[in-house]
Amino acid sequence: MSISRRRVRAIYRKELREYRRNRSIVAGMAILPLIFLLQPLITVFSLSAAAASQLAGRHELLYLLAIPALVPATIAAFSVVGERQQGTLEPVLTTPVRREEFLLGKALACFVPSVAISYAVYVFFLACVEIFGQPAVTSALVRGPDLLAQLIFTPLLAGWSIWVGVAISTRASEVRVAQQLSLLANLPSVAVTTLIAFNVIHPTLVVALGAAVVLLALNRLGWRLTSAMFDRERLITGTR
Amino acid sequence: MIHLIMWLIRKLRRTTSPAETPDAVSGRDEPAVHGQGERLATSGLVTSVAAASGANRGAPAISVRGLSKRFGDRVAFQDVSFEIGYGEVFGFLGPNGAGKTTTVRTLSTLIAPTSGSATVAGIPLAPENGVEIRRRISVMPESPGLYLRLSVAENLGCFADLYEAADPGDRIDRALRAVNLADRARDACGSLSKGLRQRVALARALLSDPEVLFLDEPTAGLDPVAARDVHELIDELRRSGVTIFLTTHRLEEAERLCDRVAILNTTLRMIGRPDDLREQMFAKTLTVRTLAPLPDPGRVFDGLPAVDGWQADGTAAYVLAVSDPVVAAPATTRALVQASADVLSIGESRHSLEDVYLELVNEDAEVRRK
Repeated sequence: MSISRRRVRAIYRKELREYRRNRSIVAGMAILPLIFLLQPLITVFSLSAAAASQLAGRHELLYLLAIPALVPATIAAFSVVGERQQGTLEPVLTTPVRREEFLLGKALACFVPSVAISYAVYVFFLACVEIFGQPAVTSALVRGPDLLAQLIFTPLLAGWSIWVGVAISTRASEVRVAQQLSLLANLPSVAVTTLIAFNVIHPTLVVALGAAVVLLALNRLGWRLTSAMFDRERLITGTR
Repeated sequence: MIHLIMWLIRKLRRTTSPAETPDAVSGRDEPAVHGQGERLATSGLVTSVAAASGANRGAPAISVRGLSKRFGDRVAFQDVSFEIGYGEVFGFLGPNGAGKTTTVRTLSTLIAPTSGSATVAGIPLAPENGVEIRRRISVMPESPGLYLRLSVAENLGCFADLYEAADPGDRIDRALRAVNLADRARDACGSLSKGLRQRVALARALLSDPEVLFLDEPTAGLDPVAARDVHELIDELRRSGVTIFLTTHRLEEAERLCDRVAILNTTLRMIGRPDDLREQMFAKTLTVRTLAPLPDPGRVFDGLPAVDGWQADGTAAYVLAVSDPVVAAPATTRALVQASADVLSIGESRHSLEDVYLELVNEDAEVRRK
């Protein structure tokens, strides 16, 4: 089987256009990053230079990994059931598009803006810390391994979150239910990143490599499971 | 980021096996799309007849054998068999819940039949042929299903890409001209009336240059002028060789457009040309009206050639059962003149497709009551 890039691109572009013009999606993509940005900013700016040592055992930057874990979940949850509810799924499924192309287009349309927003928030946070933070706080906060972890784990977490959201979306009968379930299903990822950020789980190179391998495997598994769950007949008729 | 996306696509292309993809054409490269860019005419519609890929021309466009679909205990349709030739406009009629839309969804590979077999555009209806069949057909569902936040052109652009249409811009222009919407290309679909949305959906169905076009209630919600435009479009598509499978509740529409019609009420009740169905359902009759009642109608009508019987229909009207109206009408006229009857009219009674339809549906309702 070959995947048609043109068909994947068609779904991807259509999705992005729809997202841009859907206020609730734009608001959802803006509010969650703001919430997760504010807490570390407040922490950083409320610390004096003398108290910078408090940050030594923490990985405040990794707290921001909740953004790629949660932002794509809400839009991915909308992807299939949303089309079903607005009656646009049937015409698309009568075209030659394969379910893999359809799902990949949907997933990319969630992945690209989510990862872009996540990186933009990191850059904004780091810029704020560099410009306005106490030098001692800045040096305690901005560490190479944390930055690298953030860079690597952002797409991995976003990918997993997307497959969970799309999988739920293929089975749910309502957008709201799908979004709520999707957020719930991604809470464990947020819990893990938060525990690492607060050093409850001590991040070592081995832990990082192990987590990366597990996430890669989960992404692959998510892709396969979502494809298997995508049933044209059930989506169109609501039966089976 | 772009590298990451391309890596992801490459990875998926390598890792997804045919076993995971029942609707995939396993082990083959995607074949070229037949005849794309050839049929929608510069004048706005269809020019070339090359509707079907040549290899399939001898076979029927759609062939259905004993097809059934059940949802659990509920029978959607049962033991349906018919054939449709290339270039034919085939009407599919039936009351609500008769299984028309489910039949269309089955033939367009959206749902799997419970039993039976079919070929669509010459290709056997099977999970592994789903993509290939969908490449050759187009479906306009009852609900337009447009992306309301997107413009008309953006909607069509998405579908042109899904069909991998050659020169999509030109194709979109011609499809829009065909449905008289060229000046609304930039309008958001959400701002269009129901009728205009229906027309956009029709333009979308024309984008793929289909061999078989499924139209589910294409004129529902359209005003008479817009409905007439759609009828003309269907006529043009027929002339170009496109096979049209039309489900409709408008019986006069079916009578006007369809070469043959089938009446479905879970099972296929009748199939044939509208004229043939009338003949099958109703005896041919002549209606005679006179100024005054005939003193002895039996003497006038009995024994006339091609007249099988007669009965009074009111005070000065008579209905004659005839085997051949062309023979019976002149003979009846002569007999009436000889009897010095003052004749007001003699005419063949015409039954519409609606009469046929209602007769069948009422019969079914009667059977169910019993």
